[in-house]
Amino acid sequence: MNNRFSWFNVTAIVLGFAFLYIPILILVIYSFNDSKLVTVWGGFSTKWYAGLIENEQLMDAAWTTLRVAFISATMATVLGTMAALVLVRMGRFPGRTLFSGMIFAPLVMPEVITGLSLLLLFVAINFDRGFWTIVLAHATFTMCFAAVVVQARLSDFDHRVEEAAMDLGASPVATFFQVTLPIIAPSVISAWLLAFTLSLDDLVIASFTTGPSATTLPMKIYSQVRLGVTPEINAISTIMIAFVTVGVLIASYMTKMQTARVERDRRAADAAAN
Amino acid sequence: MRKWLVIAIPYVWMILFFLIPFFIVFKISLSESEISIPPYTPVFDIFEGWESIKAKIGELDFEKYSFIFSDELYTSAYLSSIKIAAVSTFLTLLIAYPLAYGMARAPREWQPTLMMFVILPFWTSFLIRVYAWIGILKNEGLLNALLLNLGVISEPLTIMNTTMAVYIGIVYSYLPFMVLPLYASLEKIDGRLLEAAEDLGSPPWKAFWQVTFPLSIPGIVAGCFLVFIPAVGEFVIPDLLGGSETLMIGKTLWSEFFNNRDWPVASAVAVLLLLVLIIPIVGFQWAQQRAREAGR
Repeated sequence: MNNRFSWFNVTAIVLGFAFLYIPILILVIYSFNDSKLVTVWGGFSTKWYAGLIENEQLMDAAWTTLRVAFISATMATVLGTMAALVLVRMGRFPGRTLFSGMIFAPLVMPEVITGLSLLLLFVAINFDRGFWTIVLAHATFTMCFAAVVVQARLSDFDHRVEEAAMDLGASPVATFFQVTLPIIAPSVISAWLLAFTLSLDDLVIASFTTGPSATTLPMKIYSQVRLGVTPEINAISTIMIAFVTVGVLIASYMTKMQTARVERDRRAADAAAN
Repeated sequence: MRKWLVIAIPYVWMILFFLIPFFIVFKISLSESEISIPPYTPVFDIFEGWESIKAKIGELDFEKYSFIFSDELYTSAYLSSIKIAAVSTFLTLLIAYPLAYGMARAPREWQPTLMMFVILPFWTSFLIRVYAWIGILKNEGLLNALLLNLGVISEPLTIMNTTMAVYIGIVYSYLPFMVLPLYASLEKIDGRLLEAAEDLGSPPWKAFWQVTFPLSIPGIVAGCFLVFIPAVGEFVIPDLLGGSETLMIGKTLWSEFFNNRDWPVASAVAVLLLLVLIIPIVGFQWAQQRAREAGR
């Protein structure tokens, strides 16, 4: 395609991004508003942030959320990588269609259904609801996203390097850890980050599967949002946005470095071959 | 041997935490509502043995389902969910297409950055992004303040707590889901096809409708499924932005469960929602399968 910036393309991109970013920007700006009214600018202030630190309930909820996200993302990445291997490398086996259906369906499944069905499972097996039920629920729905991310990378690299390793006597397990995993590592990291943020953000599934002992940050924010817009919520939202933005920027920088290194290696290999 | 273990672990996990829960939802939807903990009487217990299950299957009744069908609240909630999801999917497509098109035709070295900026909002909390619109849309909110100051309107517009606000919320929240598959299919189009059309005397608009647009249909289909299916069962957006007149089934299910504590009715609502969505979900799987095979 003849790629250049025409006036149409620039307008489309600028308008699209304005729509995506202006609401977030406004939210961030008003978190520094001295006035409690959302539409009146009362001068710059960081007092809402200071107030957050003293809000113990909120800090507790934030800590619970981070722990849930960390554990469930790690489980989801391991399971999702296995699922991706099954989808890309295992060929046909009985029940493959059901398996790929179970991996892709949760991507679009309304959260109220996923949440309700997992809750009823936990009640049926008499599993004490709280921290661990949220972890299991989050690991289940985020592993499908992780599987899709890893699967994309697995299906587009050169399989012959794996075959070469096995021809040279490496066991399938050694091949996976020494050849495949280093190649797909950036996608495994993005899968983990995606699972982590999805868990961090989730309100609906956590509300269904939690018990009285565990409250997550989105649940806390939701109960306050229902009462109206306040600068405190803007402040906590800004912190979450900043947290995720920095994470995504680091991840995309790492992927860029990795791509550049692969490119350099390939050129070196080509030069050596000639 | 190890190969089977790699298959078995995620397989068993998904059966346990994804498939079996659906059967439990179905089972509970056939139970009696009770004021107790948990708030239902089990219909049958697998551990009681086959004879008792057989005896009880005969007594099953679909009372909750006939209740849902007889109450207009539920049927209109299903219908209006589908309508709201369909309209918002179409609006999302209208906004996403030019953006994806502009991105696909931007200079190559810009594309990864543009991609990242489309994905970034998707990574930030859904709840926060919906919340951001409350301050903008409410009667004394920023949009009305701006329009009043500019003299465009003399009375504040009522957008908050209407179906309009729900449309805005869905389009905004799901835009990245539409842009990404559209961009993927637009970006793959061979530029030489358009040059050929141009060389053969086709004006740009005609070339777009006869070359670019048909080739982007797989992206349109994938994007529409990705927006429509979750939007039908959406809860957060109608709850925070919509008013009492906006009926959506996700909200109904939530209030049956959390406010009325009627688990059997909530389960029956979920089963029917799943039945409504099964056709688009299977269609989505089928489209994905075809795209994968075409990619090989």
